[in-house]
Amino acid sequence: MFAYVVRRIFVGVIMLFVMSLVTYLLFFAAPSDPARYTCGKNCSPELIEQNRKALGYDKPVLVQYGEFVKGVFVGREFPDDPELKKSAPETIASCPAPCLGYSPLQSATVTSLIAEAAPISISLAFMAFLMWMVFGISGGIIAALYKGRFADRALVGSALVVYSFPTFFIGLSLYIFVAIKWQLTPIPVYTPISEGGVGAWLSGLFLPSLTLALIYIAGYIRLTRAFVLESMGEDYIRTARAKGLPQRQIMGKHTMRAALTPIATVAGLDLGALLAGAIITETVFNYNGLGKLAVQAATTYDLPTTVGIVLVAAAFIITANIIVDVLYAVIDPRVKYS
Amino acid sequence: MSRWASADPASSGALLSVRDLKVTFPTEDGLVKAVDGLTFDLRAGETIGIVGESGSGKSVTSQAIMGLHRGTRAMVEGQIVFDGRDLIKIVDEDLRRMRGRDIAMIFQDPLSALHPYYTVGNQIVEAYRVHNDVTKAAARTHVIEMLDRVGIPNPQKRVDQYPHEFSGGMRQRAMIAMALVNSPRLIIADEPTTALDVTVQAQILNLLVDLQKEFGSAIIIITHDLGVVAELADSIMVMFAGKAVEGGEAEEIFYEAMHPYTWGLLQSMPRIDSEKKERLVPIAGNPPSLINPPPGCAFHPRCAFRDDARLGCSSVIPEFDISTEHPARCLIPEGERRAISQAKTKTRTA
Repeated sequence: MFAYVVRRIFVGVIMLFVMSLVTYLLFFAAPSDPARYTCGKNCSPELIEQNRKALGYDKPVLVQYGEFVKGVFVGREFPDDPELKKSAPETIASCPAPCLGYSPLQSATVTSLIAEAAPISISLAFMAFLMWMVFGISGGIIAALYKGRFADRALVGSALVVYSFPTFFIGLSLYIFVAIKWQLTPIPVYTPISEGGVGAWLSGLFLPSLTLALIYIAGYIRLTRAFVLESMGEDYIRTARAKGLPQRQIMGKHTMRAALTPIATVAGLDLGALLAGAIITETVFNYNGLGKLAVQAATTYDLPTTVGIVLVAAAFIITANIIVDVLYAVIDPRVKYS
Repeated sequence: MSRWASADPASSGALLSVRDLKVTFPTEDGLVKAVDGLTFDLRAGETIGIVGESGSGKSVTSQAIMGLHRGTRAMVEGQIVFDGRDLIKIVDEDLRRMRGRDIAMIFQDPLSALHPYYTVGNQIVEAYRVHNDVTKAAARTHVIEMLDRVGIPNPQKRVDQYPHEFSGGMRQRAMIAMALVNSPRLIIADEPTTALDVTVQAQILNLLVDLQKEFGSAIIIITHDLGVVAELADSIMVMFAGKAVEGGEAEEIFYEAMHPYTWGLLQSMPRIDSEKKERLVPIAGNPPSLINPPPGCAFHPRCAFRDDARLGCSSVIPEFDISTEHPARCLIPEGERRAISQAKTKTRTA
């Protein structure tokens, strides 16, 4: 088991390297000039050349990639010029490890941009995760227990309706009605725990995470319902009934154990994917999370930031995959890793 | 009063009296009459074999006795009197208390019948504790004894293993231990050896015979394999299209079979002592529709001995006279059938 985890982490790291190389090549080896996008409208040819040199875009792509990787582990400086460092140290941007690059458009290191945005996205993702797991799974169980009856039809029907709405519609509707018109909640603004305490943090997160969770709740109701019904039809449930177990024990112990195990897998992967930012929800509620940062970076041709976010997203997903696989060995006795 | 007793089930002295059992499933195409008027008695400690092809209603019968159709759309009619109580009318909670304690069941495929996420010990302990107010430790000791009794080596270790760590035969032994853990008076074994290797099949059957002697349980063994019931059963009932077509003592069924379908089953059974290199003779045709069964004798479209002109096989429904010891549902006069049967038995055993 331990050997398996070590091997999975090792493979995960290799995957990250491959991911980073591919992403790097994709953005910097494209038939466009990355230096052209380092300054806004008032780009002069001199400024472009200066930035090209400062960011190392004048070197061969693989050398650039090598410097990027080196920067991740030991940090780097832009421009990496010892003479300039002596004559004018204030013009040098320092990027300590783990350095994911420097964004001249935002005049900030990519690492600091991500570090600022990540807590928002992570808070949002975990809050939504909590909501959709609680409501999605309990809804699915209720629907399965009352299969074909009113509760089932109502749950599955409303899940279908919610599922069909685009996130921006749900988000905007909640924003306009719940927060503005009816004033049931304050206007959602992200407040870190360090600034406003847990209460302000939670109330700021409520509407956006609900928006995010609703789509997942709808999906998880259907998923849980299907897994529970499948499990209820299994031979070992018939055995449990033949043993004379009470219905509660049959459902609570035998059916649920078999039905919820596959849900753990799906949930882990969904959460991993969501940690890297919920683009639409963050945009609707003007939350400066990773999703919004990614959109901003992509629309302004902010190549270093884009590469950085793609890598962080990949790291989240790879990590979630490893955790889910290891977790599976814990919850399913048939799965043994060696 | 015959073995298939028709008198009042309460005074029949039988452990289990099934009277005119009907199990019907509503489907989009119509009503499926899976079991259509089944009657038999089973005395304490005796074994009855219910034999028939797929779709003949034998498994549905066993599940109806356990009340496993409750809560589904299936309709169960008739009487299933166990120990003086009608299991069809009894309330759910009373039936639940009887399941596993008085009537236990052994299923066909022990891998799917055991829960993959719980240890074998956990599942048997659960079956014991639901009917007995004992501590976990006491139950565990009892379960280890049971595992030892059904021939599972090293039960102290095996009790904590999962079903997937057992071989097929060991799994079925564990299922048997689970069924016997409360010393039930009736065991229903639904194709207990079908999913097992041939060599293991014999071991499991021998085990059942031994345990029956020890525990004194009555057994209903359901199978499509006449060879299985030959060893085990006191009496045999042959089912076809939801109805009993022949019933009798095991010996009678093997050597004096009185129904063309039973002759077919016997001929399609391989015999290890056969000296001639004879081919097995399958019964031609497919099981009939249970929604619109053939008119007259349900077996007549597949029967090699039908004689419509003389006997009206496709219009007259043959009777099953349960007041006799060896009833058979056939229109052919008994004397003729006896002659055919003797000839067939002669060639088969020659």
